[in-house]
Amino acid sequence: MNSVAPKLYADDVSLVMVVLDTNPFFWTTSSLPFSKFLSHVLSFLNSIMLLNQFNQVVVIATGYNSCDYIYDSSLATDHGSENGKMPALCSNLLQKLEEFVIRDQQLRKDGSGEGLPSSLVSGSLSMALCYIQKVFRSGPLHPQPRILCLQGSPDGPEQYVAIMNAIFSAQRLMVPIDSCYIGSNNSAFLQQASYITGGVYLKPQQLDGLFQYLSTVFATDLHSRRFLQLPKSVGVDFRASCFCHKKTIDMGYVCSVCLSIFCKHHKKCSTCGSVFGQAQADASGSSRKRKISET
Amino acid sequence: MSSREVIKRAKYKISVKDPGTPGVLKMNENKLLFRPSDPTSATKLDVEFRHIKGHKHTKEGSNKPPWLNLPHDQGGSYIFEFESFSDLHICREFVGNALAKSGEAAKAASVAKVSPATKVASEGSAVTHLDEQLSTTEMELRMKLLRENSELQKLHKQFVIGGVLTESEFWATRKKLLDGDNYRKLKQRVGFKNSMILDTKPMTDGRTNKVTFSLTPEIKYQIFVLKPAVHQAFLNFVPSKMTEKDFWSKYFRAEYLHSTKNAVAAAAEAAEDEELAMFLKDDDILAREARQKIRRVDPTLDMEADQGDDYTHLPDHGIFRDGSKDISESQQEHYKRTLSQDLNRQGAVVLEGRAVDVDLEDPRIVAQALVRSRPETNENASQERLERISRMTEIEDLQAPHDHPFAPLCIKDPREYFDAQQANALRSLDDTRAGTEQMKCNLTNEEVYGSLRKSISEIKTRGLNDPIVKPEVALMVFNGLTQNISSNKYQLGKNPQESILDRLPNTTKEELLHHWMSIQELLRHFWSSYPITTTYLNTKVTRLKDAMSQIYRQLEDIKASMQSDFRHQVSLLVRPMHQALDAAFQHYDADLQKRSARTGETPNGYS
Repeated sequence: MNSVAPKLYADDVSLVMVVLDTNPFFWTTSSLPFSKFLSHVLSFLNSIMLLNQFNQVVVIATGYNSCDYIYDSSLATDHGSENGKMPALCSNLLQKLEEFVIRDQQLRKDGSGEGLPSSLVSGSLSMALCYIQKVFRSGPLHPQPRILCLQGSPDGPEQYVAIMNAIFSAQRLMVPIDSCYIGSNNSAFLQQASYITGGVYLKPQQLDGLFQYLSTVFATDLHSRRFLQLPKSVGVDFRASCFCHKKTIDMGYVCSVCLSIFCKHHKKCSTCGSVFGQAQADASGSSRKRKISET
Repeated sequence: MSSREVIKRAKYKISVKDPGTPGVLKMNENKLLFRPSDPTSATKLDVEFRHIKGHKHTKEGSNKPPWLNLPHDQGGSYIFEFESFSDLHICREFVGNALAKSGEAAKAASVAKVSPATKVASEGSAVTHLDEQLSTTEMELRMKLLRENSELQKLHKQFVIGGVLTESEFWATRKKLLDGDNYRKLKQRVGFKNSMILDTKPMTDGRTNKVTFSLTPEIKYQIFVLKPAVHQAFLNFVPSKMTEKDFWSKYFRAEYLHSTKNAVAAAAEAAEDEELAMFLKDDDILAREARQKIRRVDPTLDMEADQGDDYTHLPDHGIFRDGSKDISESQQEHYKRTLSQDLNRQGAVVLEGRAVDVDLEDPRIVAQALVRSRPETNENASQERLERISRMTEIEDLQAPHDHPFAPLCIKDPREYFDAQQANALRSLDDTRAGTEQMKCNLTNEEVYGSLRKSISEIKTRGLNDPIVKPEVALMVFNGLTQNISSNKYQLGKNPQESILDRLPNTTKEELLHHWMSIQELLRHFWSSYPITTTYLNTKVTRLKDAMSQIYRQLEDIKASMQSDFRHQVSLLVRPMHQALDAAFQHYDADLQKRSARTGETPNGYS
């Protein structure tokens, strides 16, 4: 990045923060093998780099226990091909990814819960936003940042608050969060993330054509997007998670002071400590239920 | 209102064609009376102004005679023909004032224009209207808000006119809207004019030697402030020694002598008349103040230097004033004032601002008020005050509104919630499909990480797929995406914000949205009425509950009337509304039971 004269940054230069889901529990159950997925994604990253010589790609791996930067194109020095099989980008990335997976495994605590565990999306989003902040503060001229979430694991309702906070800071920074969800059902978090930040949410139907989806929908820079018809989601799942049991709920209780959401009646708000009045306790639970206002 | 009663000769006409009955029209604040000249005639009138809805009149210069037309609330109108247009204008004005007054007092007339809320009032319901004594401006503001916001107007019509909510209840939840315009009100007082009143020009009629000075209370006030000596003289002489008129004519005589620039003549006149000399001589009070000020000047300032710059004595220099050049002459200095003195004095007074806040009509009161306001001559105190003024003075217009800093609560348009409903429906479909896949996750730690690492090493050795995507798969993806985008475009239009609502027929959509708004309004009032402590709240809640159950039924009707292809979507949309209403009903019943149980103990139930 240092070698590039700042004045060369046009409005179509992108910084793509790719958040890569490496949750092993998801990939063992996925119909698309991880190696195939990587093959699609690496080709896609390569084509972004080819679209503009100043484009920058940063990859963050989202594991089960941790997340970390595994590739930054501004730090990569050699752009040649190592053994003729794949570009240096890929081998560097794969090397780092392997190390990351080993580290992630060592951090693993015992006792896998029921169902498919979720990965640490909130952490990765925060790291991506930190990186973007750093770029913003580097000077008045910088590439246009965007975040692309390649996610397969289901939402972790316990991360609700953290993810929503990340989404709102992205909205404030005017950074769109694109999401490509390859899991079995839609991800409410990513739907909301893309909806709120003005990004694109896509759930590909043909997983073996993933590269085609990625390059058609997510490769264009933000400036060109204005001239394109990109897929829109039909509906967004706006449901929130309650703060007490981290369950996704349709109806619940909202603290009148701090707007915290609870799935059942509490005497006291766990977030702000407001004590709820007697009238509420008398009037048998269900009658005080109100619609949770959407985010 | 100029007079409390108006009596005019007029003809009363039942219709335009009617020749009219001559008689006398008598009006006072509350009503108008017509007594025919012929005492046997039956056409008498005795009408209160609150029955009059407005007034019309014929224009001067048109062919029509001077008619005043007063439509009344029974649908007809009273027509009076006057003898002249001046009579008509007097009566018209009187009627206008009387109508405005009766409108305000009884509120009946003005509200009738806004809405038939009077109907509620006249029905004599238990609702009190004590707090509805509104000023006309507030009424106008509300009308304006209603005019600008058709949604609000619809709600207002439905609930206020429908008798579910009272006017004040309706607006109580919209205080913010009503407050909006208050920022505009200026809190600044009118300051001191900075035009030089010392230049009050005499008017000459050109033929005689008479000159006329025009004098207004404002000018008198300005003279008092600008010239402490005149002020002092006024207090001393008027009315003990001379009348006010004499005082001012003397003052202006002196002014006139000044304006003629004839210092010799001025000196001669002053010698004859000692009172006149008062005005012609330098103002002692001013001179004392000036000396004080000079004492306070920063000692590092070289005042001598200024005198060197004074080149007004050179030809072609000086300031033109009153058409003549103001060149200082050394002789007769006593009877001359320079322009710079005048300007400085004016500037000082303007900056000091308006000190008195009394009616300017009576110069005597003004003069005395000025004495009171003239500050303590303590040097330190005034110095301190000056400093404080310069520090504190802020120009109000340029300040940001003094509100407490707060971030407005941003609640999204509830309509967007409808989208979520559809997503939920889709999701539940997904869930059933996904059920099988989640079962398989019973692998151990090592197994899953091992397989992931194996995948990575696999791609490391084998390299990227070649080709990355099979052409036929790529084509399928393209087709799928294109179809998805174009069908969305067809269904939803170009706007990504558009929703399934837009697919419904227009009337249904609007009906649903309106019901949604109504339910929100009702629920807001409903929940805010709890806990019920007064009879008033009790009746209000009952009223709200009835209105809500009415909407509940209407929603069901909409659902039933839909065609089959839309029915599912509409029921998805209606469900959250029904749920919200159900919750309210449930609360109402529970509360009612509880209170009726308690009424056994206390006789009135509202302890």
